[in-house]
Amino acid sequence: MTLQTREVTWNRGGRLVVDGVTLRPRQGETIGLLGPNGSGKSSLIRLLSGAVKPSAGVVTLDDRSLTAVARREAARAIATVTQHADTVVDITVRDIVALGRIPHRGVFGGDRRSDAAAVSDALARTGLADKAAELWHRLSGGERQRVHIARALAQEPRELLLDEPTNHLDIRYQLELLQLITELPVTSVVALHDLNLAGMYCDSLLVLKDGRAVAAGAPAEVLTPDLIAHVYEVDAAVAVDEGTGRPTIAFSPPGRRASAGR
Amino acid sequence: MTPSPVRDAAETDRPPPTGSRPRFPGVGLGAAALLLASIGAAITLGPADVSLVNVRDVLFNHLGGAEIPVRVSKEAIVWDDRLPRALVAAACGAGLGLCGVVLQSLLRNPLADPYVLGISSGASTGAVVVGILGVGGAALGIPGGAFIGSVLAFAVVLLIARLAGGGDDKVILAGIAVTQLFSALTSFVIFAFADSDATRGVMFWLLGSLEGMRWNDVWLCGAAVAAGTMFCLFRAPVLDAFAFGDDVASSLGVSVRRSRVMFMTVTALLTATLVSICGAIGFVGLVLPHAARFLVGPLHVRLVPVTALIGAAFMVWVDAVSRVAFSPSPLPVGVGTALVGVPMFIAIMFRRRRAA
Repeated sequence: MTLQTREVTWNRGGRLVVDGVTLRPRQGETIGLLGPNGSGKSSLIRLLSGAVKPSAGVVTLDDRSLTAVARREAARAIATVTQHADTVVDITVRDIVALGRIPHRGVFGGDRRSDAAAVSDALARTGLADKAAELWHRLSGGERQRVHIARALAQEPRELLLDEPTNHLDIRYQLELLQLITELPVTSVVALHDLNLAGMYCDSLLVLKDGRAVAAGAPAEVLTPDLIAHVYEVDAAVAVDEGTGRPTIAFSPPGRRASAGR
Repeated sequence: MTPSPVRDAAETDRPPPTGSRPRFPGVGLGAAALLLASIGAAITLGPADVSLVNVRDVLFNHLGGAEIPVRVSKEAIVWDDRLPRALVAAACGAGLGLCGVVLQSLLRNPLADPYVLGISSGASTGAVVVGILGVGGAALGIPGGAFIGSVLAFAVVLLIARLAGGGDDKVILAGIAVTQLFSALTSFVIFAFADSDATRGVMFWLLGSLEGMRWNDVWLCGAAVAAGTMFCLFRAPVLDAFAFGDDVASSLGVSVRRSRVMFMTVTALLTATLVSICGAIGFVGLVLPHAARFLVGPLHVRLVPVTALIGAAFMVWVDAVSRVAFSPSPLPVGVGTALVGVPMFIAIMFRRRRAA
């Protein structure tokens, strides 16, 4: 495997937002990062992307410390979609997606033909082909999210990091997006809020609480009522489909007991 | 996210490759032609009786090695006075526009211009310290003092922003604070120490002036602007990558901190050089990038050259008009840029709103 962390810790202003997390994805799998707000999902994504340096431990790309890899070389391997990436620039969808080609370009453009092909491909895969000429500030929240994902796809990465990519998306696009990610021949690390989506699509899960990893493994092993109660402080019933082995979670309103699935 | 009919769906909607506005070559050539025509017009215009034929003869004599007889006084007006002045104006407009483009991208703020970093007010303080207090005296001169003052002010801005925790907003806030501080220092020095002669001398410089530009000024400004333009052109994609902030830029392979320091340094040195020679000329760095964006869109591989070209042409015209229309006591060119620039800025705001 290529992008990994070993006992990685990020001390941000005296607070351990990520505390000794080890992540070793298998090539091509989709890993779901779960945990409540403030549990360190976004911070772990930022560490993996190389946007920040760990205070302790190490993030490695092909067994080299990510801090020792040139940013440009890292950007050819790793694409990241963060939350809340906004702009005041009047820029079209196509130009934004084309930003993903920057790490592949030479000084003055490089291979324009493969650039154009990658951009068109990314637009089509994200259902944005007919929005290519649209300006960013005229897009809906969900469309903006898809534009960022298209930009990341145009980067043609081996590793894809996504911080809550399903936010703002209609349920149809949530499902299509995760379907797309799991079908891509890349290793993906996806921070998710929705446990059912995580259970449906991820190959394995890593659950964070207060910056620490509290559970890891296949969705059906990880998403137990006990773990959900411990991490999210809610009651839930979990049913595992016998055919697919995928868990489905039904939450109980606060104050009542979960009735089934234990 | 429909995974199937991939390529053909997208290829019909727009011409490849990655560009959004195919009119770039036309706009670029048009702007270059406009600049040449503007310089030609600027060296023909003026109160002295010099005809277009005289101008052509002078240019042929100097550039083409011809030996057409032209009266010495006319030759001096065109070749030693108007042409260097027009070329410095062009360099100044191009350089200030360029700095505006860079800062608006790096600071992600459409209101950023070379002066938000305190550069011009620092230059003013440096100029009055030398020109009125006499510190450094003849060795330094007003340009030397202005250069030192502007670099110093920029360093103070970055230091304050750093100590306050960093970030684009902090840079702009620190810039505003430092601008105010140095403006106050400038006024203080003028009111406390200057007699009226010294005030007049310094005041003209403070408002921006291209009086008395000579060929050595042309070479200095031209070299600084050419170097700055090449630097930005070669790194145009880096400026694009900052559109969505530092994290996205970093994920696109940009070394954020190093790029930031390099671009800021180039901008500060270029602005300091121009300001030290021409004085504090406002509004060009703010307005011209917006005008260029309106013409060729936001991608910097087009925006950088077009801003430089139209900035240059703009400045040549403003200077020519300020010089001719208010003859014999010319209007300081900084006043002219603001008088023309503000309505232009507002017009662009309205046009963009309507286009949106």
